[in-house]
Amino acid sequence: MRHTVTVLVENRFGAFDRVANLFSGKGFNIHSISIGETEIREISRMTIVTEGDDHIIDQVIKQLNRLVDTLKVVNLTEHHRVERELALITVTYQKGNLEEIKNLADIFRAKIVDINNKSITVEVTGPPEKVNAAVNVMMPFGIKEMARSGTVALKRGEQPKPVKKELLLN
Amino acid sequence: MKPTEKTMSGAEIFFEALKREKVEYIFGYPGGANIKIYEQLYDIDHLTHILTRHEQGATHAADAYARATGKTGVALVTSGPGATNTVTGIATAYMDSSPLVVFTGQVQSHLIGNDAFQEADIIGITRPITKHNFLVRDIRELASTIRKAFYLANTGRPGPVVVDLPKDIIAAETTFEYPDTVDIRGYKPNYHGHHNQIKKAAEAVRNAKRPLFYVGGGVIMSNGSEELRVLADEHGIPVTMTLQGLGAYPGDKPLSLGMLGMHGTYWANRATGQCDLLVALGARFDDRVTGKLDTFAKNAYKIHVDIDPSAIDKNIVVDLPIVGDVKHILAGIAAELSGEELDFTEWRAQIDEWRAECPLSYEKADGKLRIPHIIERISEITKGNAVVTTDVGQHQMWTAQYYDFVNPRSLISSGGLGTMGFGLPAALGAAFGVKDRPIVNINGDGGWQMNIQELVTVKHHNLPIKMIVLNNSFLGMVRQWQELFHKEKYSFTDLESSNPDFVAIAEAFGIPSFSTGDVGEVDELLDKAFNKIDGPVFIEFKVEKEDMVFPMVPAGASVSEMIMERLNPKRMV
Ligand SMILES: Cc1ncc(C[n+]2csc(CCOP(=O)(O)OP(=O)(O)O)c2C)c(N)n1
Repeated sequence: MRHTVTVLVENRFGAFDRVANLFSGKGFNIHSISIGETEIREISRMTIVTEGDDHIIDQVIKQLNRLVDTLKVVNLTEHHRVERELALITVTYQKGNLEEIKNLADIFRAKIVDINNKSITVEVTGPPEKVNAAVNVMMPFGIKEMARSGTVALKRGEQPKPVKKELLLN
Repeated sequence: MKPTEKTMSGAEIFFEALKREKVEYIFGYPGGANIKIYEQLYDIDHLTHILTRHEQGATHAADAYARATGKTGVALVTSGPGATNTVTGIATAYMDSSPLVVFTGQVQSHLIGNDAFQEADIIGITRPITKHNFLVRDIRELASTIRKAFYLANTGRPGPVVVDLPKDIIAAETTFEYPDTVDIRGYKPNYHGHHNQIKKAAEAVRNAKRPLFYVGGGVIMSNGSEELRVLADEHGIPVTMTLQGLGAYPGDKPLSLGMLGMHGTYWANRATGQCDLLVALGARFDDRVTGKLDTFAKNAYKIHVDIDPSAIDKNIVVDLPIVGDVKHILAGIAAELSGEELDFTEWRAQIDEWRAECPLSYEKADGKLRIPHIIERISEITKGNAVVTTDVGQHQMWTAQYYDFVNPRSLISSGGLGTMGFGLPAALGAAFGVKDRPIVNINGDGGWQMNIQELVTVKHHNLPIKMIVLNNSFLGMVRQWQELFHKEKYSFTDLESSNPDFVAIAEAFGIPSFSTGDVGEVDELLDKAFNKIDGPVFIEFKVEKEDMVFPMVPAGASVSEMIMERLNPKRMV
């Protein structure tokens, strides 16, 4: 099963490696990993998306907790969460395809962020599935290069009242 | 910095910090990257440095010193090859949760990552085999890092910590400030088990008909042997121990079932299979203990007491986890049950029946010299009171079976990693830590050759280690597996034609040395070693070559598939 795990970790020498090592040490493949500062500067948040057996992920989480530099580990898979990813997709620019690319980008609320006489770069953000879909529609234009940020995620706040469905979508 | 404050060099700070940590011994080896520390060491008299002849030896010695005393072991080595030579020692300590701090020299900070001479990324290399590790990058952090290293090594679930010291840091200067307390946000071991859980555990004991304590090294580490003894004795609850747990409860008492698992006793394994309450105490359900997981203690309500939350439910899902220090929790359970009359007579009688049915035994009638006999004699001559270090293999398992350990911190053996070459350096480390009990190293002819250089260190310090090599001319344990499971292809395990003259070797190191293959000479030689000669003694016993250790539960099999004797595998129920 796919898991999204967030780890709050001291921003110290070697701390990120230790976290990543634990996954590889258990034979887990990391789909994506993203690291950035939190509201407290010396603490970073790592968001790790991985695939693996539920029992083993529980073990990994316990062992992540055991690491000296980790402060909090949450398996977000079990929670309502907001997940976002950003992708930069560079496709081949040929006469006549600009309009089409622009239209498709609009559907995904993506932006064209760079253009020259050979290529166009599109920026798309959203839940990972939306980014996947955007990548798929860009494919036919010939993707020359792509960079994805990896997923970042936060637990959703408590929601006292039922919320309209659309609001939950992105 | 106030101008009046005196500054100290990194090397001075290093030794001042060790002084604050009350370090008595460091085991080490000098080189280019740590030469400044050795320069400082020349004038230090508050601790003793032991020069081993290999960094692996230093690390095992420090590890064993820790296991024998409960204090933190310390090793000091240089960068590059010095550091990489400690890797097996660190992994050994990690697997058996031994408190160890290893200081490695490192190239100058600005050269790190440049493939400088004698550079190795020891932080990266040791990351998966340490509890934590540090690269000191600023002289102002040196003292507090050492403080943290010792704190981490010997609190919670103990383990090895590496501190990597670049050469320029050791030479730099700053004022000395040693923190009184350590506060690490992400590290707060929980010592006191949850009160309700303790109550539930007591209730489970109360309701059990066939309770069993399954004791691991954690009981010894937490110094909880006395609490265990009180609880087991008051209510007559049988105790079985893992290799690391032997000695936690006196092996010569009727409530002790000896070791369980792959080479455990028949009755301990039967009891494990039949108990209705299994209380795991500082043990980790290792595969050498459980065999096939889904048949292990199948019908028992399982309680798991451990200081490490990540040990809980790792291999076996338990009914009642209690996270905390085993010593505290044992005392808590004992207090709950104190004065109550619990009656497990029937259960004990059942176990005694099993004990009588298949006692540990070996061939005696043919008059040949066999390892179990030698171990039994050592056990009797030392009254079970020696500190025994072993290597890995058949002799190790026979030691576990036939030596009656009556005290904790008595068997020092590489259980988790199974490191050959551990025994001799471990004995030397133990000998510095323990001065009032006999020190014995029991070794195989294979493992003996894996850190044999430490004979120099033993001789140089005239350590009273009785070194026993049980020479079966084979890598015996591998040979046993080859015979049982690998079509009798004795591939590269026969050492007969290549083994050296062991007596000549030990004599060359200046150590009184003896050899015999005669069962009639065993007592005389042991008497000489233990009672007549003060310093180190070496004895080679030439034993039966093809004996095997039984009982044996084949790897991954369920305990009921125990093989009782050669060619005649009597199956358990
Ligand atoms: C460093 C290392 N290499 C290999 C092994 C695999 N191994 C386990 S037991 C054993 C045989 C040990 O032979 P010996 O020291 O003669 O002891 P015996 O089993 O004969 O008592 C070997 C090779 C090991 N445990 N450690």
